[in-house]
Amino acid sequence: MAEAIEPLPVRLKVNGELHERRTEPRTLLVDFLRDQLRLTGTHIGCETSYCGACTVLLNGKSVKSCTVFAMQADGGEILTVEGLAEGAELHPLQEAFSEEHGLQCGFCTPGLLLSSYQLLSRNDRPTDRQIRKAVAGNLCRCTGYQNIFKAIRQASEKMRDETKAAE
Amino acid sequence: MSSQKTPDRWIGQSLRRKEDNRLVRGRGKFVDDFEMAGMLYARFVRSPYGHAKIRSVDASAARAHPRVACVLTGPELKDLVQPFMEIGPEPGSKIVDFPMAVDRARYQGEPVALVVAESQPIAEDAAELVDVDYEALPSVIDAEQALGDETVLHPAAGTNCIYQDVFEWGEVDKAFEEAAWVVEIERLHFHRFSSTPLENNAIIATWDDDKIHFLCNNSFPTFGIQFLAPSLGVSLEQIHVETHDIGGSFGIKITNYPQMAAIALASRGAGGRPVKWIEQRSEHLQASGHGNERTFRDTRVALDERGVITAIESRHIDDCGAYPRYEPLGCVIWSQVVPATYRVRNLRIDFSQAVTNKCPTAPNRGYSRLQHLWFMERVADICGHHLGIPADEMRTRNYIPADAFPYTTPNGCVYDSGNYAGMLQKAKEIVGWDSWKEKRQAWRSEGRRVGIGIGTTLDSGTNNFGQSRILNKYLPFSGNSEAANIKIDMDGQLVVSLGSVPQGQGHETTTAQVVADELGIHPDAVRVRTGFNTEWNTYTGHSGTYASQFAVTGLSAVHGAAGKLKKEMTLLACHSLKCAPQELEFGSGAQGPEVRVSGTDRSINYWGLANLVNVNNAELPEELRELTLNCRYIYVPPFQIPDTERKYGNLTLTYAAQLHIAVMEIEQGTYRPRIHAYAVVDDCGTVINPLVVEGQVHGATAHGIGAALHETCAYDESGNLMTSTFSDYIPITALNMPDLKTANMQTPSPFSFSGAKGMGEGGGAPLHAISAALQDALFADGIVIDDSHHTPDSLFQALRKSEKGELPDNVRVQRRPG
Repeated sequence: MAEAIEPLPVRLKVNGELHERRTEPRTLLVDFLRDQLRLTGTHIGCETSYCGACTVLLNGKSVKSCTVFAMQADGGEILTVEGLAEGAELHPLQEAFSEEHGLQCGFCTPGLLLSSYQLLSRNDRPTDRQIRKAVAGNLCRCTGYQNIFKAIRQASEKMRDETKAAE
Repeated sequence: MSSQKTPDRWIGQSLRRKEDNRLVRGRGKFVDDFEMAGMLYARFVRSPYGHAKIRSVDASAARAHPRVACVLTGPELKDLVQPFMEIGPEPGSKIVDFPMAVDRARYQGEPVALVVAESQPIAEDAAELVDVDYEALPSVIDAEQALGDETVLHPAAGTNCIYQDVFEWGEVDKAFEEAAWVVEIERLHFHRFSSTPLENNAIIATWDDDKIHFLCNNSFPTFGIQFLAPSLGVSLEQIHVETHDIGGSFGIKITNYPQMAAIALASRGAGGRPVKWIEQRSEHLQASGHGNERTFRDTRVALDERGVITAIESRHIDDCGAYPRYEPLGCVIWSQVVPATYRVRNLRIDFSQAVTNKCPTAPNRGYSRLQHLWFMERVADICGHHLGIPADEMRTRNYIPADAFPYTTPNGCVYDSGNYAGMLQKAKEIVGWDSWKEKRQAWRSEGRRVGIGIGTTLDSGTNNFGQSRILNKYLPFSGNSEAANIKIDMDGQLVVSLGSVPQGQGHETTTAQVVADELGIHPDAVRVRTGFNTEWNTYTGHSGTYASQFAVTGLSAVHGAAGKLKKEMTLLACHSLKCAPQELEFGSGAQGPEVRVSGTDRSINYWGLANLVNVNNAELPEELRELTLNCRYIYVPPFQIPDTERKYGNLTLTYAAQLHIAVMEIEQGTYRPRIHAYAVVDDCGTVINPLVVEGQVHGATAHGIGAALHETCAYDESGNLMTSTFSDYIPITALNMPDLKTANMQTPSPFSFSGAKGMGEGGGAPLHAISAALQDALFADGIVIDDSHHTPDSLFQALRKSEKGELPDNVRVQRRPG
């Protein structure tokens, strides 16, 4: 049995806010976010990094936070589902998931939103194949994915229109 | 569509869901999101063996750990709890089922001890300190072998066959005597899989003083507490169950009550502190609940000259895993759909159920009916092929015709409405049937293996619990019911609470649509409580979310409650506005929802009405003082107790249907079964919310395709589950889910207030359609598709046998003189 190990400091900027905590080196990033920062929107659906419910962005790249130690993220910037909306205003992806009924129980949704967010931040005009590949690491057991694809497409269109309007 | 528009009628609108705002923000409240003061964490110690005697459990090292609060071992449970109640008759009723293994582990992953510590990692570490001395026993993996009783799992029962009976209707022997054709099919097999909700089982239990509080994701708590209370030696009043958001269930979370009992006992053992248990995925796959596996033996089918099926005789062996729990209910539930969508009137099914050294089963999506419906679809295809009748033609000749509804089946079930031939026509149109037939011919001439398959299925909803008496005539269950409560709070807010336990089905939204129509208001004005709560919500003993019924039972209760409230509002408004009931109009005005005198500006809003009842009742005349604006309604469907001798009666109220067409090819070289096109037509009567219905159809389709082509709970001979992680189980992903072409038909049910039918389970049509398409592709090779699970390897093996001339003689056809 492992002996208790001295907690070590971890500094993370999460959704724009800096947090500094001490935690055991074996603490996973997902447990750190959920248990220490009480950001419970990031979920755990498996322990083999298959389901993607725990997907967050670490320094702009999507990671499955169940297979990253909090220590590995030290000094990094993290975006979780709680950081997507601005106050009452939902992110276009959140709006689109709701409008297109891209969620049912909602357990996988935070992870899917983050994977989709990464896709659209790199590619504002994804093809159907690119959309499927972007969320291939995110299981959804309720929707059969059809409306998730629709939602991502709809959000990409809306975000393109918004960018155009801003230009 | 936008929720700002105000249509005349909210039923039928694709209203965006009320649930979504919290869920897309990550603000849903799932069990693991809750923290409680003084909370402890639990970890089960589980049997690595499929079958083993437990010689001893030494927990002393774990107990000595300074941060461990409590350890419970299986052998200690004998003195702490009563075994769970068994539903079935003898000998199954003699099975002794405790929350953990007491003297024998009967499946891999069965809990043997429970360690409770100050943190999750410490609980996991300390669980490794528990030393269990096992003596391995032979594992029984195959249900047919189990029936031979060479190794008996439950000595108290004395046999592995826990249920057996013959279900016979019509004149089977006469039909075989008069048959033009008799087709015999030796063996068909429906495999074991699970819908694996993404949120695992989760429980926080607090047994403080004489009261047990469960914050959990059980999806049928009114059933669970009836098992828990006698086992734990408490009254129902001492059990408080609360659910919030649930991350899917698909029936699997109905049977997590043994874990609830263990966690409650752990809380008591830890001095009443809350104990949290969050199941891990590998635990879920090994030891939660699997769908039922079924083998169909010695099937004989009688057909007339035109290929119309006139009789079926068969022997079905169901595998329920190590403990019956919800079983043997599945031994009768299949008979809700005895003839499937077909006209056959004469059937004799010898049905037995065996226990095996595998995870106990749970009523997984499509429960017990999808196995039978898959069997019936295989029968239709195999017979059609051997009689030279194309699959579509075979179906139209055999379907119950659209003008025959309501249709009474040979066992007394009443199919409420339907148009199966119309669904087939529609599915053909959207898939492009004729052009695929041409392509199939062209591709086959190039040596490619291509097939088109049809799967017709039923989703029977709103159970008559009286069917359980067909299994065990002493069971005190019958009928069905659901409750809803609607009130106007002191501030004028409309609040609805339900007896249901939603897990993503959008009950908050569809409830608001029904209430909005009844009161002429916007659904946003209706607040529907999230989750179920035995202390706050109203419920009956049938309440819950299972068996495709909310659109009928739940919404009928909501409709009834809203009607009662409207009557009270009418009395109060007439008093206040000094008018007659027929002058009143319900709707929304400048101050929100109101009741007004038609054609005038005289109105009273909901706050005004609530004020009269709650804090201003001296204004009311004596005869109105009994009004509460807090109305409970119980919906009771019109069921009778079935005739248990004849196994005859109406077992379910509504019959939604789905028809799928799959176009598939077995890739040359890789043997990968590939879907070229996929069409889905569903008919669940009147649609309350098209978005929600379509979402359920998509989801059920994904489950079926995943089950047919990827997902299986495969055991080796020693009882090791070979697919105990998602990486091995391979749930369907965005990459292997095909594009769906969908269409909806509506044949309203005459038996529900809105014409809607329950439809969430879907009936497993992809399993039928995919087996059918692969069968169509492989008939030319002489291969009979005899299993519901298809992999490149299984197809490769079948084709290799075909090439070597080693295929089993699984199907025999006799032409009768006459």
